[in-house]
Amino acid sequence: MSGRSTPSGPLMILYRLVFLLALFAIWHALTESGLLPRFFFGSPLLVLEKAARWFASGKIYKHLAITLLETVLAFGCGTLLGLATGLWLALAPAASSLLDPYIKGANAMPRVILAPIFAVWFGLGILSKVALGITLVFFIVFFNVYQGVKEVSPVVLSNARMLGATRRDLLRHIYLPSATSWVFSSLHTSVGMAFVGAVVGEYLGSAAGVGYLILQAEGAFDINTVFAGILVLTAFALLLDWIVTVTERHLLRWRPTSEGARLSNR
Amino acid sequence: MVRSEPPALALESITCTFPAAARDDQPYTAVREASVRVGKGEFVSLIGPTGCGKSTLLNVAAGLMAPTSGSVLVEGAPLRGLNRDAGYLFQADALIPWRSALDNIAAGLQFHGVDRAERTERAQHWLERVGLAGFGNRYPHQLSGGMRKRVALAQTLILDPKIILMDEPFSALDAQTRELMENELLELWSSDRKSVLFITHDLEEAISLSDRVVVLSAGPAAGPIGEFAIDLARPRDVSEVRMTKRFLELHRKIWELLKAEVLKSHVRQKHA
Ligand SMILES: Nc1ncnc2c1ncn2[C@@H]1O[C@H](COP(=O)(O)OP(=O)(O)OP(=O)(O)O)[C@@H](O)[C@H]1O
Ligand SMILES: [Mg+2]
Repeated sequence: MSGRSTPSGPLMILYRLVFLLALFAIWHALTESGLLPRFFFGSPLLVLEKAARWFASGKIYKHLAITLLETVLAFGCGTLLGLATGLWLALAPAASSLLDPYIKGANAMPRVILAPIFAVWFGLGILSKVALGITLVFFIVFFNVYQGVKEVSPVVLSNARMLGATRRDLLRHIYLPSATSWVFSSLHTSVGMAFVGAVVGEYLGSAAGVGYLILQAEGAFDINTVFAGILVLTAFALLLDWIVTVTERHLLRWRPTSEGARLSNR
Repeated sequence: MVRSEPPALALESITCTFPAAARDDQPYTAVREASVRVGKGEFVSLIGPTGCGKSTLLNVAAGLMAPTSGSVLVEGAPLRGLNRDAGYLFQADALIPWRSALDNIAAGLQFHGVDRAERTERAQHWLERVGLAGFGNRYPHQLSGGMRKRVALAQTLILDPKIILMDEPFSALDAQTRELMENELLELWSSDRKSVLFITHDLEEAISLSDRVVVLSAGPAAGPIGEFAIDLARPRDVSEVRMTKRFLELHRKIWELLKAEVLKSHVRQKHA
């Protein structure tokens, strides 16, 4: 994929930083010159100052921790539920065809509209955000597990049976690993969704979290703080994504990489 | 063979009919009234044109598929469910992709409840026996086709099955690797004389490995149409044995019969 003239690692990082600085510079120039109204577009210097102050005063950590906790809980519970349901339905054709239209329907529904209902049911604390995140994560994991079980090669399955695997062995040593490998490969999406669930939930009504900070600032027309919140969220999302990448690389090392597959003699 | 002892594996008048694929299709009878016996310690090859029903027969022998009629006897006892006395070497790659070579070899022991320390040790021993001592930690996709076949062979043999079923195990390998593997197979086999039912559509392979070659007719409704005892001396080297006069004689005799079937199957598939 990489062309001949693509610069190598460290140089690329430098270019990326330059690109980021350039974006901020343009933003700065546009708002300073008055081409864009500062009231609506903020000012990058003030935004950065605000973000720096959050970290310096330590005020942000509490909110980040809450958002992170919601994300992790939503991700964990959603994944477990999706895994269990996916395995069950993939191995029970009758139940699967019974529930099929309901699952499709539930997945097609925009889950964000559930947020107010969850707020009523679970209050304004973290539970309602976790619930929203679960509804988002669940379906991603569910469909991947379902696919993972269906995609198990019949030859591998027959082979395991001939080697003496019982139904439980098959579940534990064939179906589950195959399903989890699909879950791992959708990790980026599901972690992202858990994060979206947490922040959107906070934004729609809460007492803590980065989404709450943004909500508050918006109420006070403090556009710089809104941007600072977005900036922190973005950086945080990137960090989460990076952690996922590292985990994924470790967990899926048995898989042929696309590069390796091209080179191997299959 | 006139012995009181029942054969290790007997397929008796097996018929396999597959339901029609589309509504206006006829059901397809792949195999009709086929009987094949494998004596204790005997190496029998089943040869026939492609699509004649070799894999189908082997799946029946393994208990992975129930025949429409007929019965499978294992040492005289009718088979119910999976054939627990048999190991099966599949035509396609059947290794578990997320397990290393060593863990793949140990899988059968694990399913049989052998504890970790023992199964690792025994798997390590088999890894060495199939010549892959340094490759235990590799995942299947990191092994060559020939290495994967070796792992599969060890995976099957570690359970010490009385009967080994092999479905064109070497057909995907290049000629040199294939010869190597055939010799290794013969060596492993001669050390404890299992009963083997070996499927191939390569006549030279069939003759050089077997005690007996059974020729199947072209489908539909395929069945054995000839049996040939292979009286070549053992131990054999598969490439050397192919130069002997007796080999060429047998080859010519069997090929005469097989050729007509291959042509039939070719014509049928072209006009299907
Ligand atoms: N599940 C199935 N449904 C319908 N027809 C089938 C099914 N499995 C096999 N057949 C048919 O039965 C016949 C025998 O198939 P089989 O796989 O046993 O052939 P084979 O002798 O092993 O061929 P090859 O040498 O190419 O592996 C084929 O004509 C095939 O089309
Ligand atoms: Mg076949």
